[in-house]
Amino acid sequence: MKAPDQNESKQNLIGWIVLAALVGLLGWIGITRPFGLEVADLTAGMVTLDTLIRIGILTILLVGLNLLMGYAGQVSLGHAAFYGVGAYMSAILTTRAGNLLGISGSVVGSWWWPWLVIVVGMVFSGSLAYLIGRPILRLKGHYLAMATLGLGIMFFILFRENLGFQGQHITGAFDGIPGIPRLRIAGFEIWPISRYYIFVWLLAMLVIAFGLNLINSRTGRALRAIHGSEVAARAMGVDVATYKARIFAISAILASLAGSLYAHFQASVSPIPFSFVASLELVVMSAVGGLSSIWGAPFGVAFILIIREILRSRLRQVLQGASGEHEIIFYGLVLILIMIFMPEGITVGVLNRWRSWRSREREDAALTASSGAGGD
Amino acid sequence: MNRTRSDNLLRTARFVAVLLLFAIPVVYLGIQRNYGVLQFAQLALDGLRGGAIYALIAMGFVMVFNVTGIINFAQGAFVMLGGMLTVTFYQMESSLPDRLHLIASAVLAVIITTLIGILIERLTIYPARKSSTLTLIIITVGVYIAMQGLGLLVWGAKAYVFPAFTTLAMTDHVFRWFGLVIKAQSFWIWGSMILVLVLLAYFFERTLLGKAMRACSVNRHGARLVGIGAERMSLLAFGMAAAVGAIGGIVVSPILRPSYDMGLSLGLKGFVAAILGGLVSTPGAVLGGLLLGFLENVAAGVTKAGMKDIYAFILLILTLLFRPQGLLGVGKTAVESSSEDQG
Repeated sequence: MKAPDQNESKQNLIGWIVLAALVGLLGWIGITRPFGLEVADLTAGMVTLDTLIRIGILTILLVGLNLLMGYAGQVSLGHAAFYGVGAYMSAILTTRAGNLLGISGSVVGSWWWPWLVIVVGMVFSGSLAYLIGRPILRLKGHYLAMATLGLGIMFFILFRENLGFQGQHITGAFDGIPGIPRLRIAGFEIWPISRYYIFVWLLAMLVIAFGLNLINSRTGRALRAIHGSEVAARAMGVDVATYKARIFAISAILASLAGSLYAHFQASVSPIPFSFVASLELVVMSAVGGLSSIWGAPFGVAFILIIREILRSRLRQVLQGASGEHEIIFYGLVLILIMIFMPEGITVGVLNRWRSWRSREREDAALTASSGAGGD
Repeated sequence: MNRTRSDNLLRTARFVAVLLLFAIPVVYLGIQRNYGVLQFAQLALDGLRGGAIYALIAMGFVMVFNVTGIINFAQGAFVMLGGMLTVTFYQMESSLPDRLHLIASAVLAVIITTLIGILIERLTIYPARKSSTLTLIIITVGVYIAMQGLGLLVWGAKAYVFPAFTTLAMTDHVFRWFGLVIKAQSFWIWGSMILVLVLLAYFFERTLLGKAMRACSVNRHGARLVGIGAERMSLLAFGMAAAVGAIGGIVVSPILRPSYDMGLSLGLKGFVAAILGGLVSTPGAVLGGLLLGFLENVAAGVTKAGMKDIYAFILLILTLLFRPQGLLGVGKTAVESSSEDQG
């Protein structure tokens, strides 16, 4: 168990500076367009402000997923379910609450209603996760992975099949739900895209700060103890099942928040982004960034999303007749290679390797110096 | 021992009774749709056909889990490879008569899939064998994704057609007994399931290699002490799981229109079936598969066809919540031993 030593706080400081600088710089370019520059131009049209907002939204989700997978050591193969619950909750309740629940139009139209819906979605996801996690996490091994896998597919089918209803139009089946309003605070609308960019990244940074605080709190230490050895943790009086269920619920809450933000950004939702493959993509992102690293979250998301944009726009030129989905080969290979060679993720893995290489070089230098002195 | 066994039987009975409670709304919904006994029997029969496929795939999951403690999500890829390779070979020109051509294609597909399974074990599982089980599971997920992508690259996104085994044509021979309609292909599916089950039972009970594999699953360290190479057994388990998965993919192809992504849903259903069976017993996997196929088809029959998959995963979560050791109650040891390896 590592205490929050000086090294770690230095790392966090560097992390904050790098993240703030990147987000600030890209945002500044994207919003003010100095000298006619655009983010899209700098990256040959592959990365736009739109991509950067998606990275911010998924960062919120990934921080939760990393807390669950890296710190509590529980794999979730269905986190897109909670992401979807948030998105559909926002979509349905901001566009159809009047018809479905009979809530008066003045309430649904008011500026605070979407915010309330976001909170409702988070509470719903969190309770669902806790209810399912509590009994299942009592079992050993990878049972949560199996249950979340089932949950993820179940929710995808529910979204796709209109929750099983025949007549009523609820989730809109394959077509989804259009016309989701933008978020507002009183009279101030968080739109155009530049405002939403700032809003999303402010929230993402808040969530990162929350994650960093959590892992150095009592809960975080308990989780790390569980990850190290469940038996030892239990012997030290840690209530293993409760802590695991709690972190599962927290990660579901963050996923739901991200889903709501996605719905208000996209202004429409459809079932595809919440499928099983999407859940796998989240696991890949988490693995790339480093399972047990909060700072790995934005890195992992950015890495995969940017690679995907590049593959989508360039693969067609390399492979004749390749459709967009070929990037999944790459996901698979990345996942395998990282898990074999750098199970701690690219960020942590490269840092560690660099550090050990540096210290070895220093040792080598010391060794040659001393042997040279002794030999002659 | 005796007491726990009767206790176990009681719990199994209770779980099955709870599942049967769901029969009430099913019958009610069926009556509303004017279903008679015949319609229900037809739904059940079709369900058992799908269930046999799930059972075949579930056996692959069980084999790998028993020996290595890994849930091998790449199992679906073996199913896809079996089906797609057979289609590819069968479409090639050959001087053989059609029936022999089909058999040769199927045999070749099983052999190649087995080799791919062995290769996957060597390239991805073996280098990471010292990692935690969780890491290994994520690796198999990666293998599945990569294989599906590879399938897309090789075969494209279209669905292929495959002739029924009996008639070697698109339209299968159909038996009509007592008003029930049974395709001849169903018998091929049931037959291959029984054949694989019998062969595996013989292998595990009667041959030295099979006994060594069983020893590995009972106690890996103990097996090593008596000179059984766990790494060789892991290789064997992946090869055999790939072969069984490929057989499942081949026999299902005539009723499914095989495509590059057929492995996903079939693999996941096979996984649910394996969990139902407790994840450690081959007969349990078969029982789980048949039960899963039966329940989901009847439930979908009285509600909505698109909802079919949802019943399978509701069943998965119910099992994990209330009966994690599986229908037969044999999975308890596996739950414990897998946790040991994790620590």
